[in-house]
Amino acid sequence: MLRKVLYIDLSKGESWVEERHELFENWMGGTGVGIRLLQEECPAGTDPLSPGAPIILSIGPLNGIFPVATKTVATFKSPLTGELGESYAGGRLSLALRFAGHEAVVIRGQAGRPSYISINDGEVKIKDATSIWGIDAQTTGVILRDRESGVGRRSIIRIGPAGEALVRYAGVVVDTYRHFGRLGLGAVFGSKKLKALVVSGTETVDVPDVKRYKEVYNRLYKTAVQTDVMEKYHDIGTSVNINVLNWLKGLPTKNFLLSSFPEGENISGEMFAEKHLFRRLSCAGCPIGCVHIAALKTAFSTHHEFEVRKVSYDYEPIYSLGSNLGVGEAEGVLQLIDVCERLGLDVMSAGVVLSWATEALEKGLITRKETMDVPLQWNGVEGYTRALENIVKAPNEFYAALGKGVDYAAKKYGGLEYAMTLGGNEVSGYHTGPASIVGQLVGVRHSHLDNAGYAVDQKAVKKPMDAEMMVDEIIKEDNSRGIFNSLVGCLFARGVYTEENIIDSLGAVGIIKTKEDLQDLGKRIFEEKYKFKVQEGFDLSRARIPRRFYETVSAAGLVKPETVEEMLRLYRKKRGGS
Amino acid sequence: MPEIQAAIRAAEETKKAEASPVLKPAAKDAAAPIKSKKRRRLKVAHPERCIGCLGCMFACSRTRTGTVSLQNSAIKIQTQGGIEGDFRVVVCRGCEDPPCARACPTGALEKRPDGRVVFHKDICTGCGSCEKACLVGAITLGKEKKPVKCIHCGACVEFCPHGVLKLEEIPASGG
Repeated sequence: MLRKVLYIDLSKGESWVEERHELFENWMGGTGVGIRLLQEECPAGTDPLSPGAPIILSIGPLNGIFPVATKTVATFKSPLTGELGESYAGGRLSLALRFAGHEAVVIRGQAGRPSYISINDGEVKIKDATSIWGIDAQTTGVILRDRESGVGRRSIIRIGPAGEALVRYAGVVVDTYRHFGRLGLGAVFGSKKLKALVVSGTETVDVPDVKRYKEVYNRLYKTAVQTDVMEKYHDIGTSVNINVLNWLKGLPTKNFLLSSFPEGENISGEMFAEKHLFRRLSCAGCPIGCVHIAALKTAFSTHHEFEVRKVSYDYEPIYSLGSNLGVGEAEGVLQLIDVCERLGLDVMSAGVVLSWATEALEKGLITRKETMDVPLQWNGVEGYTRALENIVKAPNEFYAALGKGVDYAAKKYGGLEYAMTLGGNEVSGYHTGPASIVGQLVGVRHSHLDNAGYAVDQKAVKKPMDAEMMVDEIIKEDNSRGIFNSLVGCLFARGVYTEENIIDSLGAVGIIKTKEDLQDLGKRIFEEKYKFKVQEGFDLSRARIPRRFYETVSAAGLVKPETVEEMLRLYRKKRGGS
Repeated sequence: MPEIQAAIRAAEETKKAEASPVLKPAAKDAAAPIKSKKRRRLKVAHPERCIGCLGCMFACSRTRTGTVSLQNSAIKIQTQGGIEGDFRVVVCRGCEDPPCARACPTGALEKRPDGRVVFHKDICTGCGSCEKACLVGAITLGKEKKPVKCIHCGACVEFCPHGVLKLEEIPASGG
């Protein structure tokens, strides 16, 4: 197994490789190694947009070797929340890193002028990106494809104008359709004048026991394709949840004023599949093909002249830029997703920022003077498009504030009770009940994917659970996902990677772990992350919960503040008072 | 499944032939059991159904070489304009009159009477003539400067989730 960390210092223009066997032995890879490297690289109180703040990319022992282990984790200090930044992306990045021979990459410093990094096996070059600074994320990919080698086995990750402008929730586009979306990695790239990173490699991985390897590979592969554990992702995709959650009253609508959307059917996964889906793609090494691509065809003249844009969609962008903004047409949602893709904005944060602004304008906290006459109103796709562009251009104080996230804007203009963030991160699209709220609040990166509180809510609807049972489920998921995210697997495939299958697949690459080892690792990873969070000022006992969560009926009925408070009390107690 | 097993058996046979230093290929030929007058050939049945998972490439290198590698794969999934563009599935066409074997100056690529082309690694000089001769780009030099060649075993077919690939039976051609 490779055990190398590639260090790149943009200030000095240098790079070198260190063998870090012990680091990988103790922390596996992926997020385990990521958090430890962050602790090494990022002293307390570092400005996340300063040269002293690192970018860490890491993969794990299964990436490229077993099916559906397709993710790379980015670890950094978030310019949005000021604490732990962690984001996962698929595409071809983990495979490219594997074959380039680097299980982790640490990027330090700040380039003197716009630059991009080119990694080709052991060769690392920092190249001038002045001529592509300011170019949208998609076109940047097109240009670099022509310039760099490694066709068919490389990964190109890049920022758009939002990252360059340091919008606090700018993302990094990975291989056109995937993203390090959340928590502002794009702004960290921008602050380092780092436009892109291209990775490719030609290494070959030898496994210790080929027969065993094939046996485990085949078993995992068959589970992924022949059973129904991943069926949902294979067919309609994650957007199948639009209709489900709408029906359950769990689909956040118009900034959580409602939890069901009368026009929901028009933006359902079924509707997208019927009207716009034209292609499905896979991350390298995954047979499922969950990446759904829609063709958005618009006429630009009356003479049958069309422009066609290819836009990837999923549940989350349809929630954030669709129901959450009252956009009731699939075309409108695709238009807004496409704008975010080009600018390089995180779709979830962008949607929640706009929904807050729409309500704030409606309620008179801001006026058309602040919006510079851009009409922010539900379903106003044209206005929203202009507003997104303004967030990046920051032509006035208001748009500059929007670029710093909902918390920042609401502290300045009011409306905190409906500024929909948890832990400073704009929330995802599940108003399913108390576990979703608690899960995102306590989660290490304040994501619904930290511990899937929404799934706990859904379980609790079927079979009632008390506060303690829900908290126990959240803690269990917190820890087990720390292991899975160290491998680094796709969370859609968590059904494939049972504890037994994880142990077997690790064994096949020569890493011997017991159930207890893994459980201990999951807990240790969680604790290290919380250490970093607390060091940077996160205080769970004082975390803000927007009142709106308690005012709008959820899939589990009206959520009582007492339930959430009780769950948080129990959680803190079980976690040793963190 | 039995089809695949048979194909893999045939492939192993080919592999054996490739592994052993063959000094008298003609004698080997006479000994080679040709049970039917048919051979198996890989075919790209539905290239437009490819989702770019690269499962076939991994299956190829895993089955043939026991490694995890894209370089060791004889089948190639190429992108044109990144993942936004269409995938190109490159496989050996199992030509009746294989230009790769014709171009080989040392006889390392040898056409058998049944139409299969076998590779004798030991007498290959790594000149790259085979690579130049194949317009499709199905035969390429790997890391050791030796051609990575499809043996039509069908391992990739089994790991294509979308039925892009097919293993077909064709009449064995005359030597």
